[in-house]
Amino acid sequence: MKNNVAIKVKNVGMRFNLSQDRVDNLKEYMIRFLKRDLHFNEFWALREINFEVKKGERLGVLGLNGSGKSTLLKIVSGVLKPTTGYVQTKGKLAPLLELGAGFSQEYTGRENIYLYGAVLGYSKEFLDEKFDEIVDFSELGEFIDVPIKNYSSGMKSRLGFSIATVVEPEILILDEVLSVGDKKFRRKSEKKIMDMFDKGVTVLFVSHSLEQVQRICDRAIILDGGHLVAKGPVDKVARIYKNMTE
Amino acid sequence: MGKAKQIVKNFTKYNNLLYELVKKNIKLKYRRSYLGILWTLIEPLLTMIVLTIVFGTFFNKGTKQFPVYVLTGRLLFSFFQSATKAGLKSVSGNASMIKKVYVPKYIYVVSSVVSNFFIFLISLVVLVGVAVVLKVEPTIYLTQAWIPLIILFVMSLGTSLILATLSVFFRDVEYIWGVACMLVMYASAIFYPVEKIIKSGKGWVFNINPVYMCIANFRDSVLYGVPMNMYYCVLSAGIAVVLLVIGMVLFYKKQDDFILYL
Repeated sequence: MKNNVAIKVKNVGMRFNLSQDRVDNLKEYMIRFLKRDLHFNEFWALREINFEVKKGERLGVLGLNGSGKSTLLKIVSGVLKPTTGYVQTKGKLAPLLELGAGFSQEYTGRENIYLYGAVLGYSKEFLDEKFDEIVDFSELGEFIDVPIKNYSSGMKSRLGFSIATVVEPEILILDEVLSVGDKKFRRKSEKKIMDMFDKGVTVLFVSHSLEQVQRICDRAIILDGGHLVAKGPVDKVARIYKNMTE
Repeated sequence: MGKAKQIVKNFTKYNNLLYELVKKNIKLKYRRSYLGILWTLIEPLLTMIVLTIVFGTFFNKGTKQFPVYVLTGRLLFSFFQSATKAGLKSVSGNASMIKKVYVPKYIYVVSSVVSNFFIFLISLVVLVGVAVVLKVEPTIYLTQAWIPLIILFVMSLGTSLILATLSVFFRDVEYIWGVACMLVMYASAIFYPVEKIIKSGKGWVFNINPVYMCIANFRDSVLYGVPMNMYYCVLSAGIAVVLLVIGMVLFYKKQDDFILYL
């Protein structure tokens, strides 16, 4: 991979099995196997996707619902493994997709900072050091020692956001708007992300809102039915997208 | 070369997660119970008393040290059972997390087996207590007691990897394993003396049951104070390693498909 490339997506395809009646017990499997009735309803969510994101570039991924945007993000962040092709990333990656996946409901906010931090691959020393910063940013105050099953959903996502953004990532993966918490917190979180932008972080931003992508990104690609139909500077791609959606 | 380095790097990167998950499993197991972690000690003690009364008194098999005999068997078996059952569910039970965030998936299996092993080690305190009360003399052979425990740990881990993989694709595995565990339990001589069975020519049951081999060697070390049965030791270690290798290969080959079936 060339030195100035942060994300490289090569020939990526993703196939799902959409069988209506999923066979998940042995008896069924044997019967169907003997009857040769094991049909797999294949569905390609992505086909032959190729693109590169250079360091410091902010790439928008446009597409309608079901075009494969989220699948692409999951592949880049490593949750899904592509059926064909591969993805390479260089640098510390922070996917701000599902904030708080890995929270334990029984755990207090304090315990969850260490648990979720570990899920994101942070070391204990790092978390010890950043603990106060996380609590401050999340504005949870004394609630930090309450089990999070008693939190409101806003509190949970505030905590998730604070933990996930405490690192200084080199690659940031964002899905739609970051609608975290109330208006005040949203402004704060947007500011934090903008600060990262200023520091030259590479961004992969997924949205179906053209306005947002134009505001944030300098380049863009369009996905349609799992195919990459356009890529280039954001203004050019925006025109194509406008024509597509109208 | 690069790949091996990557694997090692990944392994150390997620050490902290492994530690946190083990801590979570142990912490949450007894949260909201008054006696908390003490249950790790009380529960096997009570079971031992029940089994001793039932099998020692009613069936009149009791020697003075029969409770220690029961307790050793029951502790080792219940580690194997709870570790494999937790391991079996560790992947399908964490489906929501696996679908959302990338974490090496073996972590889920390893953490549930390791946390059960810790709970087991804590519960050994009961054994020490009962052995002291019943005046079981420690001998030099006590120093070999860790060997069957390590073998049993490896065996549980291998079995868990296999079961976790299978149960993603076939949910029946959980129920089959429940029955299989029962079979292993009755074939492990937990609450009956083995001599009678061997005399009647049905001793082969023990020679194909690696869990029993670990129990027998453990009893030799702590209860009888004699050298381990080397045949059992080598055979059970061999089986444990084979299970682990099969488990690792199977898990490694299938782990990328998990998410499509969860």
